[in-house]
Amino acid sequence: MADMTLIEAIRCALDEALAQDGRVFITGEDIGRRGGVFRATQGLYEKYGARRVMDSPLTEMGIVGVGIGAALADLRPVCEIQFADFIHPAFNQIVGEAARMYYRSAGGWRVPLVIRVPYGAVPGGGLYHCQSVEALFAHIPGLKIVVPSTPRDARRLLHGAILDPNPVLFLETKYGYRQIRGEVPERDAPLLPGPARIARSGVDLSLFAWGLMAHYAEVAAERAAREDGLDVEVVDLRTLHPLDRDSVLTSVSKTGKALVVHEDNRTMGFGAEIAALLVDEAFECLDGPVKRLAAPDVPAAPFNRGMFDFFLPGPDDILAAIRDLAAY
Amino acid sequence: MPGEAVTRPSQVLSDDTLLEMYRLMLLSRRLDERAWALHRQGRVQFHVSAMGHEATQVGAAFAINRGVDYVVPYYRDLAMAIALGCSALDFMLGLFARRDDPWSAGRQMPCHFSDRDRHIISGSSTVATQVPQAAGLAFAVRYRQRAGLVDPQDETQPRLALTSLGEGSTNQGEWHEGMNWAGVQCLPLVCLVENNRYAISVPQTEQMAIPSVATRAAGYGAQGESVDGNDVLAVYDAMHAAVQRAYRGEGPSLVEAHTYRLTPHTSDDDDRSYRSREEVAAAGEVEPLLRYRSVLLERGLLTPKMVDDLEAQARARVDEAQRAAEAAPEPAPQEADSPVLAPLPEGLA
Ligand SMILES: Cc1ncc(C[n+]2csc(CCOP(=O)(O)OP(=O)(O)O)c2C)c(N)n1
Ligand SMILES: [Mg+2]
Repeated sequence: MADMTLIEAIRCALDEALAQDGRVFITGEDIGRRGGVFRATQGLYEKYGARRVMDSPLTEMGIVGVGIGAALADLRPVCEIQFADFIHPAFNQIVGEAARMYYRSAGGWRVPLVIRVPYGAVPGGGLYHCQSVEALFAHIPGLKIVVPSTPRDARRLLHGAILDPNPVLFLETKYGYRQIRGEVPERDAPLLPGPARIARSGVDLSLFAWGLMAHYAEVAAERAAREDGLDVEVVDLRTLHPLDRDSVLTSVSKTGKALVVHEDNRTMGFGAEIAALLVDEAFECLDGPVKRLAAPDVPAAPFNRGMFDFFLPGPDDILAAIRDLAAY
Repeated sequence: MPGEAVTRPSQVLSDDTLLEMYRLMLLSRRLDERAWALHRQGRVQFHVSAMGHEATQVGAAFAINRGVDYVVPYYRDLAMAIALGCSALDFMLGLFARRDDPWSAGRQMPCHFSDRDRHIISGSSTVATQVPQAAGLAFAVRYRQRAGLVDPQDETQPRLALTSLGEGSTNQGEWHEGMNWAGVQCLPLVCLVENNRYAISVPQTEQMAIPSVATRAAGYGAQGESVDGNDVLAVYDAMHAAVQRAYRGEGPSLVEAHTYRLTPHTSDDDDRSYRSREEVAAAGEVEPLLRYRSVLLERGLLTPKMVDDLEAQARARVDEAQRAAEAAPEPAPQEADSPVLAPLPEGLA
């Protein structure tokens, strides 16, 4: 067992993957000598050299497009987009190309590509270093979307994403990189994209979240237990696409109440899909409205700290939402 | 002249190869014409034509290691696909959107080639998207060689990636970003630009401020060359030089083949609003199939009798492929909802 931060666990998985499989290489902007702007790849260039840990030219479309080509040729590229906000130039390659390759070739070609993407609000990030993009991509058939919220999951899910024969968008909460710590077993099997994690089991209310919000949800749920005697079940979805529908439905069939928390803005956020699923398939179990706690419908967290805190749901906001729904 | 050095690689092509190139150009042309006829009869929904581009495409295909090197073509590359070993039936199954269409099982428009065994990558309709992917394939070639996983001389392994697109599509960011990547990393990429002077209706003069796309190569440290795309042997020669450069590890090349499409852009287009009939007729005078036929007749490799025999053979293959494709089953409608994700490999699931 080792105690690691989220980013240390990611670095550890990259290091292990490079060591284990000669087909794995990583590329992105400043990921070589600089070790990445967040230091996710620190030390890997020195250890594996420029052939395996390769600074890319400054082109997101190129990073993903070249990654697709290398994946088609049966390498295992792990591409980094420096900030989620800059993934949009690569949208065409992700949505029109990587995600469609398997279907459009009737299974002839597959794209075993991992795209690592630091996302979400971080103090001082401003409008162009804070975006959450999961909902934009969760709409797209043919992509897997993984959002770990614990170091242990980050490590084993990154291994699982590399083993998966499909394109995987691996979203990393950058505010959580050093804020989230946890135990990581010495040896751990890879975890393929898919199953949710019951972070805390409970009977009064189901709280669905991912990434940083799953971390905050656990904090809020503990306080609800301590301060209000409420027994909240926290479901860390971990994979948004394909969604672990069974875990969502099973939890709500037990609690009858559902709260979704995301830092992405509200309208057409992934919470809407959870709500639709519950209304569609768990209507009889529901004891109250499906509630969403989400950021306001503005582009991203503003730079000013006060506005930033207003924007980003925190444990206090989650606790308040838990109390409201529990009282319904 | 005896003792004279060989100055053109095409001079050492065997008679069989020269005739094979003709046969493939002819087959592509006759398939293409049949597709237009079927469209006029309302028997197929759509066709995108390679007519006029056959010399460019066949000359290019013959310069690579066909079936082994990676090819990332575009929608206009019927003759290239045929030259890479795809069959008349493959094309017809796609044209009729049949279940057994080997390129996409009826999901894509016709001429969206894909053949894993022949290393032809599935393409989209979105222009220029294939260029960074081709750079990635070229990167993978070089990665494997440098990792010692393959011998750079091993002809059973892909040694380059060839991609193609129209001149209009070289205005897309993906083209520039892909070429730049290949250039800065000195990758074995050959980009064939099939310059037919129009992007649908918009002429090259309104697409770029330069007369030759080949000059764009300089911006990426690539070798750029323009060639008469209606002369199959000239295309072969230019491509041969580019291919050998890639094999030697000297980086990417851009070969611009000047040609003309003899038909509207697709079966949905009417070109009369943007091309004069005189211009189209003039292009017909220098079109590549007749031109190559005269060369072969002049060299005595073809006789009028052989011309007729080859015509009959091509026509028979087209007839047969059409018959088989028309009789082939449709996909079940619910196959629209086929998997979008590959299954996990054994042992992982
Ligand atoms: C990104 C994108 N924009 C627009 C189109 C519609 N479109 C299809 S082909 C074409 C013209 C392409 O011209 P060119 O690159 O010269 O190739 P050609 O068809 O002449 O061979 C256009 C505008 C498209 N397929 N993709
Ligand atoms: Mg054109």
